[in-house]
Amino acid sequence: MQAFAPPPLPSDDKRWKIVNGTMRKNGFARHALIETLHTVQSSFGYLDDDSIRFVAKSLRVPLSQAYGVVTFYHHFSLKPPGKHTMTICTGTACYIKGTDKLVAAAEKRLGVPQGQTTKDGNISLMTARCVGACGRAPVVLTDGELQGQMTGDAMLAQLERWAVE
Amino acid sequence: MTIEELEQIAASVRAENAKFDHEINVCMGTGCLSQHSDKLKDELVKTVEASGKKAFVRRTGCMGLCAAGPLVLVDPEEILYQHVKASDAEAVAASLGGEPVAALQCDLREHFDQQVHVVLENSGKIDPEKIDDYIARDGYQALLTALTDMTPAGVIHQITASGLRGRGGGGYPTGLKWGTVAKATGDIKYVVCNGDEGDPGAFMDRSVLESDPQRVLEGMAIAAYAVGASKGYVYVRAEYPLAVARLTNCLREARRRGLLGNDICGTPFSFDVEVRLGAGAFVCGEETALIASIEGKRGTPKPRPPYPAVSGLWGKPTLINNVETFANIAPIIRKGGKWFASIGSERSKGTKVFALTGKITNTGLVEVPMGISLRKIIEGIGGGVPDGHTFKAVQTGGPSGGCLPAEMLDIGVSYDALLKVGAMMGSGGMIVMDDTSCMVNVARFFIEFCMTESCGKCIPCRAGTAQMHTLLTRICEGHGTMDDLDLLVELCATVKETSLCGLGQTAPNPVLSTLKYFKHEYIDHIVHKRCPAGVCNMETPVAAEFPGEVLA
Repeated sequence: MQAFAPPPLPSDDKRWKIVNGTMRKNGFARHALIETLHTVQSSFGYLDDDSIRFVAKSLRVPLSQAYGVVTFYHHFSLKPPGKHTMTICTGTACYIKGTDKLVAAAEKRLGVPQGQTTKDGNISLMTARCVGACGRAPVVLTDGELQGQMTGDAMLAQLERWAVE
Repeated sequence: MTIEELEQIAASVRAENAKFDHEINVCMGTGCLSQHSDKLKDELVKTVEASGKKAFVRRTGCMGLCAAGPLVLVDPEEILYQHVKASDAEAVAASLGGEPVAALQCDLREHFDQQVHVVLENSGKIDPEKIDDYIARDGYQALLTALTDMTPAGVIHQITASGLRGRGGGGYPTGLKWGTVAKATGDIKYVVCNGDEGDPGAFMDRSVLESDPQRVLEGMAIAAYAVGASKGYVYVRAEYPLAVARLTNCLREARRRGLLGNDICGTPFSFDVEVRLGAGAFVCGEETALIASIEGKRGTPKPRPPYPAVSGLWGKPTLINNVETFANIAPIIRKGGKWFASIGSERSKGTKVFALTGKITNTGLVEVPMGISLRKIIEGIGGGVPDGHTFKAVQTGGPSGGCLPAEMLDIGVSYDALLKVGAMMGSGGMIVMDDTSCMVNVARFFIEFCMTESCGKCIPCRAGTAQMHTLLTRICEGHGTMDDLDLLVELCATVKETSLCGLGQTAPNPVLSTLKYFKHEYIDHIVHKRCPAGVCNMETPVAAEFPGEVLA
């Protein structure tokens, strides 16, 4: 039987080497699919068709299965994120402390529903299902940085700072 | 590594610590870090050095009282400071050996005195990134004792005798589970640690992994020895970056010390662990879905039997336990099953860690003996409902649990007692609600959660939760009828009885429990078109058309 040769990297973008590294570390095993997709997402910010095809081919996973996994898990995004990301936690503790008002205020300010990016590609508005910092509820993540006991004004001020950058 | 070598390491760490007059522990869990306790620590190191005092500044994991963060604990005086800012470092450093800084001092005896720490015994006291700190507090003694002095059957016997039950929510006897995996035939077996803490409002597992990851690892290694496994996986949520980082570091340290890998401590026992990241799917907390996810597939559950204990990861016998369950193992082996069984209530032994959040003064992590009343947790340890509001309900067990009213506060917390009143132990989230929360809206919140998190494999869960959500939305918007209520109850029964996995089977619980204890709020919404808590907006005009039937 001929030994399996992984496909060439899609481009000479250095980030592909990181992705390839994750797969090599796992011996190009099929079960490394989610791990590899994590690496793609953290390196590129999102998963596009090319990257899913590349990973599927490298790991010898049917494309349907790779796409199925990408769309199943909330963590994976098929769209590029904005320059900044405002993630509002909508876990139970945050909900009890009025996070729905934060979401509504942010949606109104940015003019996009949650899960989307403003037209200029500047700010993405996301929601998270509990980041585990319930003791500090309500919490938001501004570009991944956790901020507790958030108020509507403080959040809008942050959005404002990003908008004028 | 032998017991003697372990004791040598412990002795050298203790000798090192004894050189200092004071130890300043700075909480660097997720909660306190978000308030820049890392900067505070740097500042403390600087000022202590400048002051010339013999004090040691240590990074620690969570101290529990997230509401008062950042927290600083000065030992041996046991002075706890709250809301410490980097600018306070000088005052703290100056107070060493003298009068404590009164303005920062946190006096919450009631909060701490009623707690019993087993799982959290090291949290906030050791540096989670240093394995030697853990060893200095009797770490890995249990593993070495098990490997050198006990047979696998002897280990399982101790666990069975302890009466420990699964801390992930189901409460299945841990000893029984281990016994089943040990008996299963097959030369390859796996041990999996379930750290997919998807339950919103719960953060015990995150905190344990951040504050004392070695303890979980030791528990897994003992389990692997007992059931005959040589490979383990820890499945952690990707939403917990700090926990993942500390866990990865902890694996590296354990390998360096020869406590993971081949021929551990000169015995033929080999064990290694890999970390697997979740990707944001609540259903992956269900064991068969978790296995599918580790295998790199969509996290959809499978019908049981076969149970994972017989056919799990890649078809091999697999032991799956929750983070907190594994965290209980080392103390049980160290102090014996009987000691553990002496804590707690009749059928629920030991302690339970709860994440106390919502409308309560002392939000944070608490560990209490089983059987303690809800009232003691909420009014005593939690400090009651703040801002002059009145207590309305406490929600336990997350989206699978229920809301309990004030009349139920005197029941003792145990698996059976909570189940009997329509709630559930769950993984340990405890969310307190006051008079500003609308119970119908809360029920809708949980159903919306279950609806979006349903994996879609079985119809009752996929379509049922969507229909329940439609009905609850209608009630919340003031368009509900009494017929809707009947339909809702009927749907609850169907979804509960016919769903494939725990997600669907327990999804109706929040609705059923609020209907049981807060039916008057539903009636208010339907008949009087008003929301007593003022949460639901009844002004919205009738939608042009109701969302059509969600097709399976």
